Amino acid sequence: MAKRVMTVDDSKTMRDLVAFTLREAGFEVSEAEDGKKALAALQAAPVDVVITDLNMPNMDGVTLIRSLRTLPAFRSTPILMLTTEFDAAKKAEGKSAGATGWLVKPFDPKKLVDVVNRVLG
Amino acid sequence: MSASPLDQLRATYFEECAELLDSAYAQLNALHEGEGDGETIHALFRAIHSIKGGGGVFGFARIVALAHAMETLLDLMRDGAVPSDPARVMLVLRGADILADLLGAERSNGTVPGGVEDGLVADLAEALDGHGGPQAEAAPTDGPRTEAGWRIRFAPQPALYRNANDPLLLVRDLRRLGPVEVVADLSRLPALDAMDPEGAYCAWTFELTAAATLAQVEEVFEFVVDDCDMSIEPLGGAEVAAIVEADVPAEATAQAQAPARAEMAAQSVRVDVAKVDRLVNLVGELVINQSMLVQMGSTLPPEVCPGLIAGLETLSQHLRELQEGVMAIRTQPVKSVFGRMPRLVRELSAQLGKDIRLIVTGEGTEIDKTVVEQLADPLTHLLRNALDHGIETPEQRVAVGKPPQGTVLLSAEQRSGRIVIVLADDGRGIDRARVLARAKERGLVAPDASMTDSEIDELIFLPGFSTAAAVSSVSGRGVGMDVVRRNIQGLGGRIAIESVTGQGSRFILSLPLTLAVMDGLVVSVGEETYVVPITSIVESLRPRRADIHPLVGGGEVLAIRGAYIPLLKLGRHFGMHGAIDDPARGIVVIVETDSAGQLGVVVDELVGQQQIVVKSLESNYGRIGGVSGATILGNGRVALILDVAGLSGPGERLQRRTAPQAIALQ
Amino acid sequence: MQAIAHHQEPTTTAGTSRQLITCTLGSAEYGIEIMAVQEIKGWAATTSIPHAPSWIRGVINLRGVIVPILDLRARFGQPATEPTAMHVVVIVQAAGRTFGILVDAVSDIISVAPEDVRPVPEMSTSMEEKLLSGLVPLDRGMVALVSLDALVAMPEEAAQALAVSAPSVH
Repeated sequence: MAKRVMTVDDSKTMRDLVAFTLREAGFEVSEAEDGKKALAALQAAPVDVVITDLNMPNMDGVTLIRSLRTLPAFRSTPILMLTTEFDAAKKAEGKSAGATGWLVKPFDPKKLVDVVNRVLG
Repeated sequence: MSASPLDQLRATYFEECAELLDSAYAQLNALHEGEGDGETIHALFRAIHSIKGGGGVFGFARIVALAHAMETLLDLMRDGAVPSDPARVMLVLRGADILADLLGAERSNGTVPGGVEDGLVADLAEALDGHGGPQAEAAPTDGPRTEAGWRIRFAPQPALYRNANDPLLLVRDLRRLGPVEVVADLSRLPALDAMDPEGAYCAWTFELTAAATLAQVEEVFEFVVDDCDMSIEPLGGAEVAAIVEADVPAEATAQAQAPARAEMAAQSVRVDVAKVDRLVNLVGELVINQSMLVQMGSTLPPEVCPGLIAGLETLSQHLRELQEGVMAIRTQPVKSVFGRMPRLVRELSAQLGKDIRLIVTGEGTEIDKTVVEQLADPLTHLLRNALDHGIETPEQRVAVGKPPQGTVLLSAEQRSGRIVIVLADDGRGIDRARVLARAKERGLVAPDASMTDSEIDELIFLPGFSTAAAVSSVSGRGVGMDVVRRNIQGLGGRIAIESVTGQGSRFILSLPLTLAVMDGLVVSVGEETYVVPITSIVESLRPRRADIHPLVGGGEVLAIRGAYIPLLKLGRHFGMHGAIDDPARGIVVIVETDSAGQLGVVVDELVGQQQIVVKSLESNYGRIGGVSGATILGNGRVALILDVAGLSGPGERLQRRTAPQAIALQ
Repeated sequence: MQAIAHHQEPTTTAGTSRQLITCTLGSAEYGIEIMAVQEIKGWAATTSIPHAPSWIRGVINLRGVIVPILDLRARFGQPATEPTAMHVVVIVQAAGRTFGILVDAVSDIISVAPEDVRPVPEMSTSMEEKLLSGLVPLDRGMVALVSLDALVAMPEEAAQALAVSAPSVH
C-alpha cells in the first residue's frame, strides 16, 4: 500500500510541487493550506509523513508540529519542516516542538524523495 | 501531456504570484497610508517569501535574489529592528514592481534588461541599517575522506525518539554507504524499577567500512545531531578526528559586527511595554528553569559533580540580578498618580469649606507600572476620607487651638526592598468610641468586647464596617476601607493605620517593588501543591497534640507561647480530597494577616522554599477567594498562590476573640 | 485520499460559510469555530481550583500562560469525563480569554453555510440551549455548534459568585 504524505503550505505552488514530486515517486499525497486545516484533516485521515511549511496564516508550522506531538496518534509520525536557508531560529523552534527533520527551500526534488524515505519506517 | 506536469506547476506558480502581488500591493498601500500593523508586515513577508520559494524551484535566480533582499528587510521591519517608515515602504513597493516585471517576463518567455534590480537590491541592503541581514549558511564542504571507513559512537537522548526519529532507520541509511557493523552499548540501562518507559538508554557504535566522506556520514545523522551524544572518527587510527557540531546561526556573528551607534543614542529610549513584558516573561521562564535545575541537582549526590551546586548558586544570583534589572525597566515614578492629588484637594476643600494644604514628597520614587496605575483608586479614597472625616473646619480647628489651615502629607520612599507610602493628616484622629459603638451595632465584635486602641483602629478595615451611615457627598457611597485594604493586598501590599485623638491619623502603605516575582514556601495539601508568600509567614511548625484545643462552636486553636491562634485547615477550606485533617499530623504555617492577626494554616507537608514567578489567573479564569494568583513550578505544573489575607474572614476574627473564653469553659 | 477531497474546496465556496472543527463526546458531535482554535493538545493532568464548578477541571501551564480547562461533557450536565492520554483538549480563544475544552476526540473539519444552520429547539435542556448556537444536519448525524462566548462567560460568573467579597483589582 502506498505510503501517505500530507503537505501543508499556504503556497499552492509549493503544495503542488511537493505533491507532484511525491506522487511521481509513488506516494499518496493530501494537501492542506494552513496548520488548522491540516490538524483537522489529519484527525480524520492520518498519514505516514507530514511535510509542513513554517510561515503560514491561522496556525503556523511550529504550532502544528507541537499540537500533533501532543496527540497520541501522531507521537511517532515523522514530521518534516520546510525552512529557508536563513531560518535558523525557526528551525530550532520547530525542532524543539518535535519536528523529525527538515528540508531547505528551494529543494531538489530528488532530495525531497530521499528525505521522506529516510524518515519513513 | 508530455512535460505538462511541470508546465502546469509553472502556470500555478505564476497565477499564485499574481495573487500574492495583489495582496502585497494592498498591504503596501495600507502601510503607505499609515494603517498597517505588525500583522500587515507579516502578511507582506509571507507573500514575498512564497514568491521566492517558488522562484527557487524553477531556477528564477533574479526573482529569488530580489525577493530575498525584500524579505530580509521586511523581517527586520516586522521585528521592529528597523522602522517601517515611508522610505522603506517605498523601497519594498519598488521591489514589488520589479518582481512583477520579472515574473511577467518569465511567464511570457520574455526578458527584462539585466541589472535593473541591482540598484534596488543595494538600496534594500542599505535600509537594513547595519543589521547584518541573515546570511546564507556557509556552503558545506565535503570534509575529510577516508578509505578505511568511520567509527560512529551514537547515544540518543529521549528527544530523538520524541521527534519520531528511529536509530534503525539511521543504520539502514548508513548501510547505503557500505557495510556497517553495529555494537550495542547497554551500560546505561538502569534497573527495571528505575526505568523511564520513554527514556533513552541504549547507545551504539557503528563501524562503517567503506570509503566515504565525513559529509556523507554527517548527512545521515543530520536530523539527530542535536538530540544525541555522538562522535565520528576515522577507522584505522588516522588523526583526522571530527566532532559533529550544532550549526551556529549565521546572524550571531553578523550582528556582532553591527556598527556601534551608541554615540547617537539619547539618554533614554522609548520601548514598547509589550517588549519589556516579553523580557519579563522570559526571565520568568528562566527562573522556573533554574528552579527545575536546582531540583534536579539536589537529587544527585554531591560527589558526582562537585561544581554543580556552586554553579547553580552563582546562576541563581545572576538570575536575580538580571531579574531586578529587567523589572527596573518597568518601573515608573509615583508622580503620575501623586500628581493628580493637588487638584483633588483644591476642589474638595472648596466644596467642604475647609482650608487644607497638601504637601507631597518623594514623588520621584519608582515602582512597578502596574502598581502605579492601581494605586490611584485607593489613594484617592484615603485622601477623600482624610479631607472629609479627618480634617476639621477652620472654626473647629481654631476652637481646639490648631491653626485654621489643615495639612495633609503624602510621601513615598523606598525602604528595604519595598515602597512605603504615607498619607498623614493633622485632623481629629479616629473617634474610637464611635467606631467601637458602630462595630458592636453591626455585630462585628461581641457586645462586651474590650479592645485596645490599635485593635479598634483596625476595625475600620473590616468588611461591612463603613456603610450607608458613613456616606457623605465627598467620601461617596459603598466603597469602604475594606475595599482599600483589598486593593492594596491585591498588589501584594499591606496597609496600617496609626491615629492619635485630636492630633490626626497616618495611613501607611507598604508595597512590593514588583508584582512579578516573590519568594514562596511551597506546601503540599492532599494531591495539590500551594505556595505561601514568604513575607506573610511568621513561622511553621509541627504542632504537639497537647497544644491543639477544640473550640465550642467548631474549629480549633493552637496554643503557642501563651497566645491562641485559630487554625485553618486548607484542605477542608478548599474542599480538597485526601488532605490531612488532624493538625497534629500535619504542619502549621503561621501567617500574619492584616485583618485578623495571626492564623495557623494547616497543610500536609512543606516542600521547599523558592523564588516564584507570579502568573495571572484572572486573565483567563477569574478571581478565586483565598488565591491571589498562580505560578509554574520546576516540574511544569501549575501551583496556586495563597492569598493569606483573603483566607481570613470575620469568622476567624470572632474565633480569635472568643478563643480564651472557650478554653476556659472546658 | 477520499477523505481529503473536501478539505481543499472550502475556499471556493461563498465567503460567508464558516469552518468548524468537530469533536465528539461519546456519539454526539459538536462544532467549534476553527478561527477560535489555537491548538489541540493531548490530555495532561490539571491543577484543581478550589470551589470551582464541577465542569472546571482546573488549570494547566500552556507555555507560561495559566489556562483553565473546561469539561464539555460535565458542562452539559452529564457525568464528568474520565480523561485518559487519548483524550483531547482543544485550546480556544474567545471573548479575550484562552481556555481549553476537554472532549473525547477531534473528528473532522466541516464547512457550513449560514442557511445550513438550524436554530436550537426550545425543548432542549435550558443548559444546552444557552451553550449552543445552532444545529447543523449532516448525512452522518447532527453537529451542535458550541457558543464559545457563552462557555467562556460562565467561568467568570461562577468565579465572581464564589469570590463574594473580592473586588476586582483592575
